[in-house]
Amino acid sequence: MTTETTSGNKGLQQAEPLIFETGHATGTGVDLPAPKGGKYEKLGGLGRKAALELPGLSEPETMRHFVRLSQKNYAIDLGLFPLGSCTMKHNPRLNERAARFEGFADLHPLQPISTVQGALELMDELAHWLMTLTGMPAVALSPKAGAHGEFCGMLAIKAALEARGEATTRRRVLVPSSAHGTNPATAAAAGFTVDEIPARDDGRVHLDDVKAKLGPDVAAIMITNPNTCGLFEPEIKNIADAVHEAGGYFYCDGANYNAIVGKVRPGDLGVDAMHINLHKTFSTPHGGGGPGAGPTVLSAALAPFAPVPHIVKKPTSRELREHAEGTQAFGRMCAFHGQMGMFTRALTYMMSHGSDGLRQVSEDAVLNANYLLARLKPHFNAPFGERPCMHEVLLDDSSIKPKGVETIDMAKALLDEGYHPFTTYFPLVVHGAMLIEPTETEPKRELDRFADVMIALAERVNAGEVEFFKQAPKLAPMRRLDDTRAARSPKLRWKPEANSAAKQAAE
Amino acid sequence: MRYLPLTDPDRQQMLSVIGATSIDELFVDVPKSALLKDLIDLPRAQGEIEVHRHMQRLAEKNTPAGRTAFFLGAGAYRHHVPASVDHLIQRSEFLTAYTPYQPEIAQGTLQALYEFQSQVAALLDMEVSNASMYDGSTACAEAAMMAARVTKRKKIVFSGGVHPHYIATARTACEALDLEIVALPAAIDDEAAVADELGADVAAVIVQSPNVFGTITDLTKIREAAHGAGALMVATFTECTAFGLIEPGGSYGADIVCGEGQSIGNALNFGGPYVGLFTVKEKYLRQMPGRVAGETLDADGKRGFVLTLSTREQHIRREKATSNICTNSGLCQLAWTIHMTLLGEKGLRQLAALNHEKATQLAFALGGVPGVEVLTTRFYNEIAVRLPKPAQGVVDALAEKGVIAGVAMSRLDPRAGMDDVLITCATEMNTHDDIATYADALKKVLA
Repeated sequence: MTTETTSGNKGLQQAEPLIFETGHATGTGVDLPAPKGGKYEKLGGLGRKAALELPGLSEPETMRHFVRLSQKNYAIDLGLFPLGSCTMKHNPRLNERAARFEGFADLHPLQPISTVQGALELMDELAHWLMTLTGMPAVALSPKAGAHGEFCGMLAIKAALEARGEATTRRRVLVPSSAHGTNPATAAAAGFTVDEIPARDDGRVHLDDVKAKLGPDVAAIMITNPNTCGLFEPEIKNIADAVHEAGGYFYCDGANYNAIVGKVRPGDLGVDAMHINLHKTFSTPHGGGGPGAGPTVLSAALAPFAPVPHIVKKPTSRELREHAEGTQAFGRMCAFHGQMGMFTRALTYMMSHGSDGLRQVSEDAVLNANYLLARLKPHFNAPFGERPCMHEVLLDDSSIKPKGVETIDMAKALLDEGYHPFTTYFPLVVHGAMLIEPTETEPKRELDRFADVMIALAERVNAGEVEFFKQAPKLAPMRRLDDTRAARSPKLRWKPEANSAAKQAAE
Repeated sequence: MRYLPLTDPDRQQMLSVIGATSIDELFVDVPKSALLKDLIDLPRAQGEIEVHRHMQRLAEKNTPAGRTAFFLGAGAYRHHVPASVDHLIQRSEFLTAYTPYQPEIAQGTLQALYEFQSQVAALLDMEVSNASMYDGSTACAEAAMMAARVTKRKKIVFSGGVHPHYIATARTACEALDLEIVALPAAIDDEAAVADELGADVAAVIVQSPNVFGTITDLTKIREAAHGAGALMVATFTECTAFGLIEPGGSYGADIVCGEGQSIGNALNFGGPYVGLFTVKEKYLRQMPGRVAGETLDADGKRGFVLTLSTREQHIRREKATSNICTNSGLCQLAWTIHMTLLGEKGLRQLAALNHEKATQLAFALGGVPGVEVLTTRFYNEIAVRLPKPAQGVVDALAEKGVIAGVAMSRLDPRAGMDDVLITCATEMNTHDDIATYADALKKVLA
């Protein structure tokens, strides 16, 4: 049941139209000095002719618009955000402040090197922390997100193969079927062919399966560790050795590095390249989808091929090498030096925790996940629940589906309970997956509250309340949204002449 | 540790519920030899006071742009960002939200994305925009790869006016796919030269306007030639405020218009994070990389927004995806949308006119310095000038005098043979005094 109001508001939930429906061409929230006119114009007659159709709003209207929109979002600052594989942990505000220091934020990437020594020092410090924590000898800082870091690592592997004269013969990359979609997509983007290692019932990659696939045409293996089922790969070291023996490289997807930071160094496991999602392990904000940052650590075998820019240490200063020509660098990942704003935040986070705090981070993340596993296991099927998990708990809907309730319905019921749901239907190797990652920044009482809610929902399933789930959410800002409709006839922008979908529906 | 809520009694109690006696029992799958016994050799935890002090000291070793007479652009521009923008993007509900996978509780992010896409498409005069890319250079590289997919051809031709770092970024990405990159020699004003390279094997010509030397170009003839040869025209840019004053690529019939959005809403940040803008003609929608938000209805028939067309993307298509990208530039994109909402058409036009006015004043002032030749004749807010000596030395000498004069072309491309060329820009942030200071200092350095 929904209560209709005259305003369309629901208490604190304010209905809010698009800026295109409230703003207008002469509205503006800025006061700029008036230009003196086009007497000395140098546009060569290429001035813009047509109207821009860009609505403007005054500052108070703009504030209200975006504050109202913000109130329709769930956020980590509101509550537990147990989205598995995504690592929604607390974002310390000191990090935000540091990133906004004038000496970092108001700095141009092409300023004379003498004026940016502090920035280069910060990048060097970040690199030192990342290399020391991972036990790797080199790091490329410039990749702008996790997938971009994967691309960087695979291009370094390609360059190393080229240097060995094997670029044309080694083109096959092994990827377990449990991998993030970015792994096969990245291997393909780097010009490799993807050969999938099928999943086994225990959710792990087996040495025998890898060995069966190895050959003189294998360039690399891409393995996520801890893997997407939330498990540490017990044979990882032996797999790395086997891949190396066969002449290939080991790319480790570092998306789940937050489970082992301070406890295990990927360098000790035989990793050749691994990206680090600063927005996961080192808590730079997710920001509704980005920006991320994906510095990529490299083994000694791959280090010479790291993309430019390189920071070059001189006796009393630092320089930047910005061109790949004349070096073994494989090229350039982006226009400038990477996500400086994220470097500042990540270093602030690392220094706050220290090596002792970072070790505690992974221990508490793993403890929190295992605690949820222990509490939920009696009520849901936990496919690999007979052993400890790492930082995330994998459940599936096999115990509730026969009663008419699927993963998606559990997720939508959680919306009404005031939670962001777990990750749904990933990893793909488990049918109806529900992947729960509480992170280390949740207190025990929040875990208990969430577990109580999950258990109560399981009891509702057992009581046969199927419609309760199918109708959910009822209390969220919106009811279930029609994805099929959105994809069938895409409306991707506001247009003045088009009727809104809402109007069409009313007709 | 202030960010970790568990207490030791909590930990003990939780371990007993789990049925473990120590935390290391939970790490049982880690090979014994790899499980560290000691702490890693890095500093221990520090309080907010100490960390703040350390970061501040590092920051103070830099010279912020605002403490100088500042005339540097070439891919990143110093503009005024209204105070409300940074306040709004720091609201918890935006800052600490994830990608909107659960649209019922993410309409704030999704509606802002839809507004962003609508604004970008309008600004660039294009049919469809995605939800943003990492930055302008990676957007341009994605455009090159997309053109190869659309045309099933393998050669990409870059004009001599495209930012050298954009070409280097695209070369790195494209050569991995065995695409051929043809980069024409750097040229102040010759975007049209790409037409001479057209042939049946060319997937796209990529031109930039305003280009790296500031030159703006009528792209009509290039587009006609490209389409005549069955190639796409990609128009890229580094300064998006220009399109408040000049015609964007879309108005010339470009197939893909993409570039850097940093100028609106985003600080310089030493090169990142920025926000890549990416727009296409509707017929190429299914080949477009990146996230996109679309309109739909909820179960009550109310308008709402969702991420859509995900069948192009890596989490569904895996190795057959249009791109491996799985994020957008969220907060930077939001900042862009908020700033653009504050500007509106009126504010943007005024901002652009101001930029152009400052640049004409700069060109006039520098042109009056003995030995300096202004090379760019049609421009927006950036120009190239020829100096009587190598530009890098002049830039360094001016920095000593508190003037950040621009960038030497030799830094962007040492092999361009343009060691005496300086790229310099003016924005609404520059005062009359700044420009006079610059011209005076340049006169002294060249004397």
